[in-house]
Amino acid sequence: MDMVQTEKLVFEYEKRDEEGNVIGTSRAIDEVDIDVKEGQFIAILGHNGSGKSTLAKHINAILVPTEGTMWVNGRNTSVPEELWNVRQSAGMVFQNPDNQIIGTVVEEDVGFGPENLGVPTDEIWQRVEESLKAVGMIEYRHHSPNKLSGGQKQRVAIAGVVAMEPKCIVLDEPTAMLDPVGRKEVLKTVQKLREQKKVTVILITHYMEEVVDADKIYVMDHGHVVMEGTPGEIFSRVDELKSYRLDVPQVTLLADELRKRGLKIPEGILRKEELVEVLCRLS
Amino acid sequence: MSIKLEHLNYIYSQGTAYEKKALKDICLEIPHGEFVGIIGHTGSGKSTLIQHLNGLIRAASGELYYNGENIYQEGYSMKELRGEVGLVFQYPEHQLFEIDVMTDVCFGPKNQGLSREECQDRALEALRLVGLKEKYYKVSPFELSGGQKRRVAIAGVLAMRPKVLVLDEPTAGLDPRGRDDILDQIAYLHKESDLTVILVSHSMEDIARYADRLIVMNKGTVMYNDTPKKVFEHYRELEAVGLAAPQVTYIMHDLAGRGLKVRTDVTTVSEAADEIMRVVSQYK
Repeated sequence: MDMVQTEKLVFEYEKRDEEGNVIGTSRAIDEVDIDVKEGQFIAILGHNGSGKSTLAKHINAILVPTEGTMWVNGRNTSVPEELWNVRQSAGMVFQNPDNQIIGTVVEEDVGFGPENLGVPTDEIWQRVEESLKAVGMIEYRHHSPNKLSGGQKQRVAIAGVVAMEPKCIVLDEPTAMLDPVGRKEVLKTVQKLREQKKVTVILITHYMEEVVDADKIYVMDHGHVVMEGTPGEIFSRVDELKSYRLDVPQVTLLADELRKRGLKIPEGILRKEELVEVLCRLS
Repeated sequence: MSIKLEHLNYIYSQGTAYEKKALKDICLEIPHGEFVGIIGHTGSGKSTLIQHLNGLIRAASGELYYNGENIYQEGYSMKELRGEVGLVFQYPEHQLFEIDVMTDVCFGPKNQGLSREECQDRALEALRLVGLKEKYYKVSPFELSGGQKRRVAIAGVLAMRPKVLVLDEPTAGLDPRGRDDILDQIAYLHKESDLTVILVSHSMEDIARYADRLIVMNKGTVMYNDTPKKVFEHYRELEAVGLAAPQVTYIMHDLAGRGLKVRTDVTTVSEAADEIMRVVSQYK
């Protein structure tokens, strides 16, 4: 089944002058068609201002299309009556956890979502505990969120979404502020959620290494989807990616460099194990 | 000329139930003209440490010397220190507020008491240094892209002509090209205008490429203080404290583990390519 589907989705916003008069419109998203199946891991790449975050905000109806249609779990996000169904299906995690934490104690913050959904109290506490364990923050359950570091706050924010048990989680640069191990933990958490709960994951990121396990990658530029394919397909087009201000994982870069210097190395190497294997066979 | 920290301690919420020792007995010296990287897990004390460097927070105990003068001594001018040591916070673009780029960059020098003309000159110089195109100078900073906004924010600090530039994760949230552009620009400033640079980053790859020396913070203490090459040799210890080595360093270790006679103290892609070619050509 389709979890997220768009048809010629357009989002325009009005540009205004200092007096507030409309002086024109600007297209942040221009006729985008995407198609995400239930249980898939989808990555969206694109430079700052390419439209990826605007697209993400359509998935739980923070924004609705000005033209075209977005369906989430079969429901049209433009229909006001569907709003709560849409938001229950798709949860969002943003880059800056300070903007999404509201509780004065960690466990209260995580419980806020399920409480609003009308989940029975016993089950709320059960979900809070499970979610905090899943993100490795259970020992901080009684702490105040504003005493946590950025990375710890982000894991609490993810737990808050997980506790609502959405079918689809959209993560908009969730690791931008984290240290290497924090990044790894968040990604592992996401991976675990996919395996155990079959959650559909849509990940927006600027770290190329984080998307090598994706089922499909969309690359956005100026509001359009300009590339679409598996990580192997996308990352073998190094020059094209660079023209969109993007990059490839460091191991792919090294493989590319060695190939240019004459070594027989296949294209589309994404993991260090693959490169090590190839090099050991060469020598 | 240097920054010198002697037995520096800092405690958050001292005397309350949440008392937390953020810095413990820090001893460091950063000579003039160095490009220093600081890494550490979230909450390791990096940001607390750098806020001491321009006197934004005052140590609970210990001394901090800037160019041989104790900044905690009576009568020391913090205002002058802040003109010398420029601090660029995380997400500095959130601090932009003026009606256009030019006016925003003038704000710092204006507060230093400079004349209108001097402010303009400083701002022009700073905007050129960060590589922002002239057509944006009269545009509202809020209409710029993330990378451009960040350049404006950095220019705002450079316009005060600091001798030391401290940047707290200047590339967080930027696309790969934006990351490279900003760091290349900082490296250029370091070289051309004899600027001491202190760069806090979570990207081991970036640190490996740019820093002469690397300070590793862990739980409020200095864990390593050495060249990036030497520090990344301890990749297992780094992992244990929330960090890592650059991806290429792991590749070299794996290759060595499989019997290839490659050096493992490699931290950048071009170095790795050179080393692999050297070894592979010997086998032929």
